Amino acid sequence: MKKQRLLLRTVILILLLGAVGYTIYANFFTEKTRVTVGSEAPDFVLTDLNGKKHRLSDYRGKGVFLNFWGTWCKPCEKEMPYMNRQYQVYKNQGVEVIAVNVGEPELAVRKFAERFDLKFPIVIDQQDQVMNAYDIDPLPTTFLIDKDGKIVKIITGTMTESMVQQYMESIKP
Amino acid sequence: MEKVKCECGHVNPHGTVLCESCGKPIAEDSTKKLLDMRYEGSARRSQTYNKTIVDKIWNFFSSVKVGVWLIVITLLASAIGTIYPQEMYIPPNVTPAEYYEDQYGWTGKLYYELGFHNLYGSWWYMLLIASIGVSLVICSLDRVVPLYRALKNQGVVRHETFLRRQRLFSASKVDNYDKLFAEVKEKLAKRRYHIREENGNILAEKGRFSRWGPYVNHIGLIIFLIGAMLRFVPGMYVDEVLWIREGETKEIPGTNGKYFLKNEKFTFEVYEKDKEKEVFQEAIDRVGSGMVAKNYQSDVVLYERVGPIVPGEEPKLKKVKDYKIRVNEPLKYDHYALYQVDFKMNEPNKMSFHLVDKKTNEQFGLVTVDLRNPQSAYDLGNGYRVELLSYFPDFYFDENGNPATKSKIPNNPAFVFKMMTPDKPEGEVSFVAIRQTIEPFGDNQYKMAFAGLETKNVSGLTVRRDFTLWILGVGGTIFMIGLIQGMYWNHRRIWLKHVNGEVLFAAHTNKNWYGLKNEIRQIIDGTELVMPVDQVEEAKKGARGGDDSGAAK
Repeated sequence: MKKQRLLLRTVILILLLGAVGYTIYANFFTEKTRVTVGSEAPDFVLTDLNGKKHRLSDYRGKGVFLNFWGTWCKPCEKEMPYMNRQYQVYKNQGVEVIAVNVGEPELAVRKFAERFDLKFPIVIDQQDQVMNAYDIDPLPTTFLIDKDGKIVKIITGTMTESMVQQYMESIKP
Repeated sequence: MEKVKCECGHVNPHGTVLCESCGKPIAEDSTKKLLDMRYEGSARRSQTYNKTIVDKIWNFFSSVKVGVWLIVITLLASAIGTIYPQEMYIPPNVTPAEYYEDQYGWTGKLYYELGFHNLYGSWWYMLLIASIGVSLVICSLDRVVPLYRALKNQGVVRHETFLRRQRLFSASKVDNYDKLFAEVKEKLAKRRYHIREENGNILAEKGRFSRWGPYVNHIGLIIFLIGAMLRFVPGMYVDEVLWIREGETKEIPGTNGKYFLKNEKFTFEVYEKDKEKEVFQEAIDRVGSGMVAKNYQSDVVLYERVGPIVPGEEPKLKKVKDYKIRVNEPLKYDHYALYQVDFKMNEPNKMSFHLVDKKTNEQFGLVTVDLRNPQSAYDLGNGYRVELLSYFPDFYFDENGNPATKSKIPNNPAFVFKMMTPDKPEGEVSFVAIRQTIEPFGDNQYKMAFAGLETKNVSGLTVRRDFTLWILGVGGTIFMIGLIQGMYWNHRRIWLKHVNGEVLFAAHTNKNWYGLKNEIRQIIDGTELVMPVDQVEEAKKGARGGDDSGAAK
């Protein structure tokens, strides 16, 4: 009788604490997005400024440094030259950079790319479809995707040049 | 734990205050005149077992005192959260850390530092709510089981002490008990009491189910909390915002790329004088013509994407339906609902300029710039050509004094044009913003003269999908049923006992003693029974009479 009661109380308490624990966990310790570290990066197709189509899944076997940016975003502007320099180091080591502009006029993007002499492919997400799929909130946001198409890390905010270098190093196939 | 056997023969669990069957006090404070009928004097489990850590946690949450304090703390916190606006309601382009201090001084700073700016989503607030839920479950379990037991095991034959120490009690001398017994029984039956009799004793009872009201109510609350919790489970709840311009087709966020929406037209209407029915005229005059909104409406087309969903790829769309979304008339489809919540009128969409010779005012052609996606060059013929060197949709001068843009939305467009003409084949550069022209390389012969602006309206929609709503509805309904059950019915009991030539009459109710007394008055009317005395009021009267007897009379 006494044992039964203890067992019953324990079970009920575990159930209750489990429910509370899950709610707190789901709310504070997980990304509130479908795109999380460890999950597969959603595939997308976008066209770059030279008219070339880039499909993410075509880059299996390579690491992808996926950067979301806008021309008005000062932190994005700051990290562009870093990415540009490191891209030229890592592009021969199997790391691809794709810079996704968040749907600005092509003219503005093109002028921006010319100003910084950007070498990596720049694609424009005209219809916000890729932004929705990746739940982009602050700019810049960078996704590190490994050779199997899995997201290794999500970085929001500016990176220094050494961070860019380390991140590219980390997704080298 | 040892059981306690009462003299009536009933075996009670440890911790019982009043014998479950006959009501004789077992472990009760016998100095008080009246019995404490709370929980029928049953053994509340939490009070009796307190050995392991599990029992200790259990007992903590089982305490009503703890439950009440949890509610009080939550109420206080919730109230504090309304003093200053929550983080989500402050302007989006400010830093919260600075905003609260700038706006509200040191109290604002404190408010921010203590985390009240994001109160309702904070971990400790959610923990408080969750604790209330846990307390609710455990308090209820700990009380409903013993109460059920006590009411189920109650005997018809009650101990004399039990009856004498009820709030409503009388003892009467009766000549013919059998006649009285029959009379009382009939009257009780007429008043819809359930009657049990044993050796000339009566237990009459009605409205027992009202005692379960609070517990039914708690079950409803718990279901409600579960519903609220399920919102955090992916897929159960979608709440997104969609800004969409007239003429634009966009993916509906939160639908995983499955649905697209086209905004045909946004309409904003107001009540205007002389355009409405006669009855509205007075109201319109009072507030002014055109001051009251009449309608916010987005005419939209819903599309479903066919084929595989690859973000970024030009979607193949199949039309689902046309709809006019108005406030409180959402477009509903596949459990999604699109609500009209906001709008922006007259967002610049296209801007036109004439290429003009400044001296002669002669025009050499019209340039129309699509502000969402401008071309880089405009050929006007006859050797006249305009190039767009730079474009700033939302123009401002940055900290270095260079033109820059705040966003991609054309709120304040500015352009750098290069004008190529037969007389100036090298081209002249001109910076053109709204009501502003700068010629960085000296005086130009030509200028871009503003010729017109086309605008579009933008609809602000909310995308909702909520699979928890019906759970909240069920919880709320059960909550209300429990409340009604406990509020509008009373659990009344009447006991009749014949002992030593005296007839003992006692009654108990969980609420509405006044009603019970009236009912008893009707039951004993015409019998030899003495009207029971309300021993609580007697005691009050006694106390008052002692203090100031003059006033009492």
